[in-house]
Amino acid sequence: MNGAISPTILGRLEWLSLPFVRAWQNPTPDELIGAGAATIVVVGMAGTIALITALGKWRYLWRDWFTSVDHKKIGIMYVVLAFVMMSRAVVEGVLMRMQQATAINAPGIVEPDHFAQLFSTHGSIMIFFMAMPFLTGMINYVMPLQIGSRDVAFPLLNSISLWLTGGAAGLMMVSLVIGQFSTGGWSGYPPYTELEFSPDVGPDYWIWAVTLGSIGSTLSGLNFAVTIYKMRCAGMTMMRMPLFCWTTLCTSILMIFAMPPLTVATAMLALDRYLGFHFFTNDLGGNMMNYANLFWLFGHPEVYILILPAFGVYSEVVSTFSSKELYGYRSMVIATMSIAVMSFTVWLHHFFTMGQSASINAAFGIATMAIGVPTGVKIYDWIWTMFMGQVRFTVPMLYSLAFMMTFVLGGLTGIILAFPPLDYLVHNTLFLVAHFHNMLIPGLLYGMLAGYHYWFPKAFGFRLNEKWGQLAFGCWVVGFYLAFMPLYVLGAAGMARRTAEIFEPAFRPWLYVAGIGALILLAALVALFVQLWVSIREREANRVDAGDPWDGRGLEWSIAGPPPEYNFAVLPTVSGGDPFYTSKRNGDAYLPPERYENIEVPKNSVVGPLLGVFSAATGFALVWHMWWLAILGMLAIIITVIARSFIRDTHRIVSATEVERVDLAWRDKLFASRSISREMETTSANQGFAEVAA
Amino acid sequence: MSAAEAKHAGINLGDSDRETHEKAGSEIFGFWIFLMSDAVIFALLFATYGVMLRGTAGGPSAADEYRILPAFIETLILLTSSFTFGMASVAMKHGRGLRTVLAWMVITLALGLGFLAMELRDFSTMIADGALPSRNGNLSSFFALVPLHGLHVAAGCLWLAVMLVQVPCFGLDKRVKINLLRLGLFWHFLDIVWIAIFSVVYLQGLIR
Ligand code: HEM
Ligand SMILES: [Cu+2]
Repeated sequence: MNGAISPTILGRLEWLSLPFVRAWQNPTPDELIGAGAATIVVVGMAGTIALITALGKWRYLWRDWFTSVDHKKIGIMYVVLAFVMMSRAVVEGVLMRMQQATAINAPGIVEPDHFAQLFSTHGSIMIFFMAMPFLTGMINYVMPLQIGSRDVAFPLLNSISLWLTGGAAGLMMVSLVIGQFSTGGWSGYPPYTELEFSPDVGPDYWIWAVTLGSIGSTLSGLNFAVTIYKMRCAGMTMMRMPLFCWTTLCTSILMIFAMPPLTVATAMLALDRYLGFHFFTNDLGGNMMNYANLFWLFGHPEVYILILPAFGVYSEVVSTFSSKELYGYRSMVIATMSIAVMSFTVWLHHFFTMGQSASINAAFGIATMAIGVPTGVKIYDWIWTMFMGQVRFTVPMLYSLAFMMTFVLGGLTGIILAFPPLDYLVHNTLFLVAHFHNMLIPGLLYGMLAGYHYWFPKAFGFRLNEKWGQLAFGCWVVGFYLAFMPLYVLGAAGMARRTAEIFEPAFRPWLYVAGIGALILLAALVALFVQLWVSIREREANRVDAGDPWDGRGLEWSIAGPPPEYNFAVLPTVSGGDPFYTSKRNGDAYLPPERYENIEVPKNSVVGPLLGVFSAATGFALVWHMWWLAILGMLAIIITVIARSFIRDTHRIVSATEVERVDLAWRDKLFASRSISREMETTSANQGFAEVAA
Repeated sequence: MSAAEAKHAGINLGDSDRETHEKAGSEIFGFWIFLMSDAVIFALLFATYGVMLRGTAGGPSAADEYRILPAFIETLILLTSSFTFGMASVAMKHGRGLRTVLAWMVITLALGLGFLAMELRDFSTMIADGALPSRNGNLSSFFALVPLHGLHVAAGCLWLAVMLVQVPCFGLDKRVKINLLRLGLFWHFLDIVWIAIFSVVYLQGLIR
């Protein structure tokens, strides 16, 4: 059973590449866990396919979703992808905690090599296939609505980005079933990931998944930036945009300039591995430090790509649920921009210990601490926004509050790490792991969840269940503190990160607490899914299709929930910040338009799904050295793009009468709804029509 | 710009074609952003080349192996092609007729292919002399930077070929015009990158 099955066709694929075969030959718990995970993927896929077939929904999915270029549908698909990938990565995180809790002077449940795959996939997925899709989806859905636009600047490109990301996520999933993943961590440092030390397919899966994902993100950033610069509605000056649009703009700029370093780094690593180049090898003039610089030239701006959109969500949420204008809007904009610019000047703090001079370290340490200043400004602004406001503790608001307190703690430990002498003591320990989870869970995950609860009624026309939402929230917060605070202690006591076995019995109690915390985090995830299920079941009671459940402030609330595909029957004109909130107060919200016009919308396109499939196939072929398939895949990509350029019939018209019919139907519903006060917004009396105090 | 203000950097169609001009605003701006992102890739490869100058591991460096004269001729060819593409753009803007536009495009394509042919010959002599990218880090970085530019030129040539079919097919409609504007930016961008390559890689090699 050894050796490649058919080198010309299947490259270096062997029977032993399949975890089922491995588990059959050698049924250790470790192999069984691997085979179990593979089974879940296979059964999950087969089950989904069977279910869709049984329900006869293929045509619907293909026509209404997969080939759609509507920014709202693309946004929702991104978020679905994020939840799927999040489920896998959270389970892996919990598994690692269980391993460390059981591996104190004992082998634990998984082998070291398997443990290394766990932290590599967990980290890569959380960053590239949970966080990035989540925020890209959120931006996609919300930003065009907020600036009063009918779509993003390049709708087809948007679909292509989605499918590239989807294809890359597919590669991650396939690596569970065929072969194995990298053991080199989410940062994939050579020379360890070079052929010399990792000759297996693992790093290749990592390279191609990350490369496809980063190309998708670069294109998304481009798309969003052009949308914001060029597609704002009349009167929507930059300084009138909701803050979420500002953070989107900064995130997009970071994507445009910070994703290429990652692409360059992974491409060079690929050249080393495939064509024998010597960029990062130990011998023949290779220079590993160059990789560290390239990777973190991406890596640090990346953390702000992740965090800024969440800052935007919090700004919207805090202001809406305090019924107050955002305090210090201008300072927020300046702070966001400063963070974006400064994020390019600190990358070296990720390798203080790798040999540069003390003065270089000092310069980067100071720059790092300086970034804390604009972030602090923001925290004060949110606090002042709530001050004397009519604060309501809805689920998004709870996440915002938890964020403000928890994130500040993470920021403080960040300042500790920014001191090179202190960093020498705790680098590469669990202290760092505690620190970045302390930033990313409040600074990304809570933000995205807050946004999910906040805009869900806009996207689907009904509210999410509050009780389950609060339960999930409670679990995320308690679980987070229990799972990650002990890691600060362990890290300060010297426990290295990425350790599969522990030989210090004194760590036991802390590892147990962290293990319990991880289980609570798993419960939080489950609670989110139960909430979704319950909310869908009781949706009739929680309809808010008039579109404005929270007495919202931006243009996205001025239309139906869910909005029609062209968003606005007539493009709005605004004359100040918080336009919808103000016009409700002025009594000129919901004015019927004088006349309706034909609206041109882009037609669906198969190009996105095709490119996603072709590029994932190319990536898979490259991983396994199936050269014929790789060449075929690349040709297919080029042909698809060229063929598309010959298609002229790319738009269709929604007639004025149709627009009028849909708009009037919504208006009927709107005026039949009862307006409600803020006290009642989380009850089923809320139909999405806000009462305006005179 | 008398008829309409400039909507983007580079040649604007405002004076001759209002309608396309309106649409070109975001389309061309988006392409500029793409080029900026691409420029970051080249910038990093230049930096890498600089870092690896001394990574020769006892073998030849790229500077020992390439010939300056062919590189200089390639420079002239590429610069000329930028000029001819410029002529195509101007002809398109001022409605000089399909034939003129096509003629300039064909000349540009021929120059682009000539550049590629010469460059490939350079690479093959280097490789024949044993200066392979797998020889050392210095050559690796040379063979990442310069051929990546070549790959871009090849992509530009393919794009030109596609446009040579589309111009007769569709005439100078809105999308063809916008695509020609974009391709023009791409072509000139590659010129600028080549000038950087010629100065940083080739000329610098002469000094040492
Ligand atoms: C939700 C519950 C989570 C749990 C239980 C968890 C747990 C863990 C554990 C046990 C590790 C390995 C620590 C070590 O090296 O010893 C880890 C690493 C990591 N986690 Fe998480 N995590 C969670 C959420 C997240 C989130 C939300 C993100 C990012 C958005 C994230 C990003 C990472 C990264 C980047 C690594 C480093 C991987 C590497 O070493 O290459 N995690 N996590
Ligand atoms: Cu950093």
